[in-house]
Amino acid sequence: MATPPTTSIIRVENLWAAYGGTVVLRDVSFAVNRGEVFGILGGSGCGKSTLLKHMIGLLEPAEGRVFIGDDDITRAAGRARLGVLRRFGVMFQGGALFGSLTLIENVRLPLEEFTRLPPEAMDLIALMKLKLVGLLPFARHLPSQVSGGMQKRAAIARAMALDPGILFLDEPSAGLDPITSADLDALILTLARALGVTFVIVSHELPSVLAVTDRVILLDKNSAGVIAQGDPRRLRAACGDPRVRRFFNRETSIC
Amino acid sequence: MPALPSPPTPATLEARPGESGSPCLVLSGSLDAQGAAALWRAAVEAVERAAGAGDGGSAVAGAGAAANTIMVEASAVASCDTAGAALLLEMRRTAARRGAELRLSGLRPEFDRLLAPFDPGEFPSGRFRPPSPPVVEEVGRMVVALAADLRAQVAFVGEMVVEAAGAVVAPRRVRWKDALLTMERAGVNALPIVALLGFLVGLILAFQAAVALRQFAAETFVANLVAIGLLRELGPLMTAVVLAGRSGSAFAAEIGTMQVNEEVAALSTMGLSPARFLALPRVIAGVVVTPMLTLFMNVVGLLGAAAVVVSLNIPPTTFLSHVRSAVTTGDLLGGLAMSVVFGLLVSAVGCYRGLQTGAGAAAVGLSTTAAVVSGIVLIVAADGVFAVIFYALGI
Ligand SMILES: Nc1ncnc2c1ncn2[C@@H]1O[C@H](COP(=O)(O)OP(=O)(O)OP(=O)(O)O)[C@@H](O)[C@H]1O
Ligand SMILES: [Mg+2]
Repeated sequence: MATPPTTSIIRVENLWAAYGGTVVLRDVSFAVNRGEVFGILGGSGCGKSTLLKHMIGLLEPAEGRVFIGDDDITRAAGRARLGVLRRFGVMFQGGALFGSLTLIENVRLPLEEFTRLPPEAMDLIALMKLKLVGLLPFARHLPSQVSGGMQKRAAIARAMALDPGILFLDEPSAGLDPITSADLDALILTLARALGVTFVIVSHELPSVLAVTDRVILLDKNSAGVIAQGDPRRLRAACGDPRVRRFFNRETSIC
Repeated sequence: MPALPSPPTPATLEARPGESGSPCLVLSGSLDAQGAAALWRAAVEAVERAAGAGDGGSAVAGAGAAANTIMVEASAVASCDTAGAALLLEMRRTAARRGAELRLSGLRPEFDRLLAPFDPGEFPSGRFRPPSPPVVEEVGRMVVALAADLRAQVAFVGEMVVEAAGAVVAPRRVRWKDALLTMERAGVNALPIVALLGFLVGLILAFQAAVALRQFAAETFVANLVAIGLLRELGPLMTAVVLAGRSGSAFAAEIGTMQVNEEVAALSTMGLSPARFLALPRVIAGVVVTPMLTLFMNVVGLLGAAAVVVSLNIPPTTFLSHVRSAVTTGDLLGGLAMSVVFGLLVSAVGCYRGLQTGAGAAAVGLSTTAAVVSGIVLIVAADGVFAVIFYALGI
């Protein structure tokens, strides 16, 4: 499954991650291709969010490097770092909306800071983003006035505000009802196919993973590393590794 | 499939007379955030003008839907993101407001897909501002809220006293570990700042008094003035203000953060009273440490005064005997009684503000500020009440 280097947009090379003395990720390497929907899978506590935080430069790796395009985000500083940060949007596991701002103001914020659009244009764009995630009627609500799933969708809208080329989503469909979750999957596919947006999605919702992702890596807590990667449908159908089989089958037995 | 990134071409807008007599706008270049920002106002105006021209034409021609059509030619649009889609949507909306129809042609299908989910009619136009109530109503509301708030504060202090009385009967219901920890944070750790403040107050008081009393050759009486002033009034007051700033605010922030994280809700659903579980240990700690800190401040304040007195060539023994003759046990105990009440008020209102916290990070900040302000207001009010009581009792 060799990928020519020109099409990869994110490369993680020999990444080691540790909190204090505890190693969470051990020598992880993989690449994400431009325009693909990439999944990071694994059980709870195996280091998915940790990996994501390293990919967006929030945590410094113990060892190894992460490239966004040709820029090493682990080394970038100052203006170069800002340039890299502009190329992706992030939705955190908890949503991380600004509690004192309404949903529309949350989505407007990056537009206000980084573009010279007239105010009515920013309003319209923010409303369009909220419409995409189905929150148009709640634009004037504060995050505390909407449900947890709605906060999550608003956080996705904010991550998309500047039309970044890459979107990192930590558990986008957790806490959503099946219909909203399916709508979100459709939205992800539309953005990926129509705009060429690259998605990196952390998830353990198997139906959603099978519906949207092109490729996945599967992390394991015990080995603190990648135990499988490739097309999730093929991994589910046939994989020799019992840990991989257990992951896919346990979850499918629930659904 | 995504095209390789090409250098962006500047976005342009051109008005052209169309073949069928209807006006035609030609868009080209990169319709990204930059392009849309550059074109936004001009594009909206162009649509308005075109719609106006269409109107005029139709008035002359009598009637005709064709005259009210604005053509937009977009085949030269090289790239388009949400900002570009928003611009097209806004143009369509503007046309619709003027009773004209905007017909978009030549837009690449992948950009068309960006526009597809949106209906120009569904977005409210214009900036949204919540209506503000009249000033009189606002003022009235604030006064009522203030009165209710004061009532609630006093009620909470009362609740704390009842809880504390219950703790005397059943001491095992109190979380003593929390109380001891809070005593350390609010008491022991406050010693340096209390010492600094006390020394400075004693020093300044003595110095100012000495300047005035020297005119009557009565410098030795500096000791009397400082001792009475400190023990009866300044010691308890300054200590309570320090407590409000250091610990009342900390209580509010701690409990407020727990409130925001729904930890307080979790306590309640477990059947544990947040007032007993969170507030009581802190209030007990506050009531215990405040008189001790006050005593400490009194001693350090007298040391500060002694430093000034000694520098005036008055022997320390004279200072000491003057202090002894000036103050009574009543002065000391009265001051300490005040400090117990101040400690209760400051720590209870700090906890109350914490429990009152709304949602979000900003709410914690508001509670913290409110804790300090309410604490100081209550201290001053209680101080006035004490002055009246002491006067009536002749202490
Ligand atoms: N700030 C931290 N300090 C110390 N250890 C941490 C910290 N954050 C996470 N960990 C540990 O790292 C491991 C991986 O955590 P991580 O949050 O990446 O898991 P996850 O795969 O995202 O789990 P979930 O699916 O529950 O979100 C866990 O064992 C956790 O205990
Ligand atoms: Mg996680």
